[in-house]
Amino acid sequence: MEVLGSRDILNLDRALGLYRVIDEDGNPVAGEPSLPDKLLLDMYTYMIRARILDGWLLKLQRMGRVALHAPNKGQEASAVGATLALKREDWLFPSYRELGALLVRGMTEEEILDRALTTIDDPLKGSDFAIYGHRKYNIVPAPVPVANQIPHAVGAALAAKIMGDKIVTMTFFGDGSTSRGDFHAGLNFAGVFKAPVVFVNQNNQWAISVPLKRQTAAPTIAVKGIAYGVPGIRVDGNDVIAVYTVAREAVERARSGEGPTLIEAVTYRLGPHTTADDPTRYRGEEEVKEWERREPLRRMRRYLISRGLLTEEEDKALWSEWEKRIEETVVKVLEKPPLPPEVILEDVYEEPPWNLKEQMKELRESIRLLKELGIELE
Amino acid sequence: MPVMNMVQALNQALREEMARDPRVVVLGEDVGRRGGVFLVTEGLIDEFGEMRVIDTPLSEMGIIGVAIGMALYGLRPVAEIQFIDFVYEAFDQIVSNMAKIRYRTGGMYSVPMVLRSPCCGGIRGGMHHSQSPEAYFMHTAGLITVMPSTPYDAKGLLKASIRSNDPVIFLEPKSIYRTIKEEVPDRDYTVPLGKARLVREGNDVTIVTWGAMVYQSLEAAKLVEEKHGWSVEVIDLRTLFPYDKDAIIESLEKTERLVIVHEAPKTAGPGAEIAAYIAENHIELLRGPIARVTGFDTPFPLVHEKLYMPNIARIYMALKKVMQY
Repeated sequence: MEVLGSRDILNLDRALGLYRVIDEDGNPVAGEPSLPDKLLLDMYTYMIRARILDGWLLKLQRMGRVALHAPNKGQEASAVGATLALKREDWLFPSYRELGALLVRGMTEEEILDRALTTIDDPLKGSDFAIYGHRKYNIVPAPVPVANQIPHAVGAALAAKIMGDKIVTMTFFGDGSTSRGDFHAGLNFAGVFKAPVVFVNQNNQWAISVPLKRQTAAPTIAVKGIAYGVPGIRVDGNDVIAVYTVAREAVERARSGEGPTLIEAVTYRLGPHTTADDPTRYRGEEEVKEWERREPLRRMRRYLISRGLLTEEEDKALWSEWEKRIEETVVKVLEKPPLPPEVILEDVYEEPPWNLKEQMKELRESIRLLKELGIELE
Repeated sequence: MPVMNMVQALNQALREEMARDPRVVVLGEDVGRRGGVFLVTEGLIDEFGEMRVIDTPLSEMGIIGVAIGMALYGLRPVAEIQFIDFVYEAFDQIVSNMAKIRYRTGGMYSVPMVLRSPCCGGIRGGMHHSQSPEAYFMHTAGLITVMPSTPYDAKGLLKASIRSNDPVIFLEPKSIYRTIKEEVPDRDYTVPLGKARLVREGNDVTIVTWGAMVYQSLEAAKLVEEKHGWSVEVIDLRTLFPYDKDAIIESLEKTERLVIVHEAPKTAGPGAEIAAYIAENHIELLRGPIARVTGFDTPFPLVHEKLYMPNIARIYMALKKVMQY
């Protein structure tokens, strides 16, 4: 019996191995790709911005100004590296832990903070927490139920193909998501229809308290692509150059009509699952320390310095420049007024049906009555 | 008698049922080492081991489908869905199987399992951590749907649910997980399924409610008593299906006025069923229209959630409408 389809898809080496360009201490490993200096410095700058912004969102949550935050610390390289491989007209379907990807696509810190603080300028008008995106950047805001966006990325890719657009879609999701039906249906459809989509799995080892070994008995996540006819590539997700290199190959493959790729970016969530989580209940300090040593910013910094692209002084200046700029943005956004109550009844339909018009009256009357009674609800 | 909150009462119910009956197992995401994200299953893994307290992969479809299989074989699984907002992946298993297996097999098989899950709003949880989807389950023949409002009832109702031979959807209003405390007996007891609880006696108007809305209703009852001298009876339905119609009728025989308060959206919501039943069968008891105070017909908002959910002002408006008709 002959195996149908390309034998390349059954390339187990890339699905079981670990592609890496710089090691944990920032030294180049064999086969270092030649990339423009500016791109390498951009990678680092985006990661710095994501790290600083992540710290602020955590702080603002502790101050009670942000409802909930899903910390990104430690995962900046996979978000930044993968999205840098996209073109501006490509589409992104993120999850809720990819601040770096939003920045790469052109979203500003101010737009992200407006969202997190649900100010009057919140582009999503007070909808769910921890989700970001904007039509003008071709970033579709994520659904909080994990993995839901995976088939959407496949559908959008297929639509582009049907309409003859040379567009690639990319979606991010975690290791826990690979257990959900959406992941399996999405990969299967993508394989069958050769959809121009890049699946980026951020394997950060933990789905809240559930470790990877409890999530799957497969040796890697990348290998799951093979059964769907989707090549799987496993990459060091804390090596931004490696992630970029693999993503660029996958994006080119998709754009040239060869179909989808599943990238497993092996990384680690250094912080809690969300600000509502306490990871000391389920994982040891030792493991976290081990991964802190491998975190992506430290090694990229070492690499850039060893290549002569960055000095210690320039590095310090880069950090303080962005710390200052982002702090100024935070101060500005904190001053903005909140969204008015009426937004809660808007955007359910294009035009509100009669029931929502009635309920708008009820809302306004209740606000008036609360004032009259002198009752503060929140 | 020890004073407990709802989390502690639920934890004790699970502990006692697992000790009493070796067929009872717990499964779900983060229910083991983490003890559940709200700590309802805290410590169970140490006492009963990994074979009976099972941390599962992240798949609601898997959790419920596998629990159904366990129940078919003879276990009494208690499956946790981390937030009820994530249950929809498992809907096919719930609607096509959990609810229908008894009927499909002519009573040959049953699914004696409990799906327990934190529900409802009030914790700034946004649209995917705040929903009140009880109407879907009430609408699905074959399921029993329960929502406690006190620690005492939580323990007794969960134990009754685990012992039920029919599948139970057990919804836990997370905003009152830790805020309401009361004495809970340290011993075995159950609260019967299908029976409402009279929370507050009154003569002029009946509020039928459940979950965290019991407390909003009590506040509004106090307010109108002070302001207008109206005497409000408050009934906590506790079991949403099969609901205790007799308790509602008995109350209406006295008050002749009905207000229904729930967090779930209004259109085709649980209040519609209760209002229709009363209007169909006992219109003669009523002096005027039935009023509903509910969540608005929108997804649950992240901002201004206290204005979205029934609050004291909105319940007051409904009581006024019914009393001044």
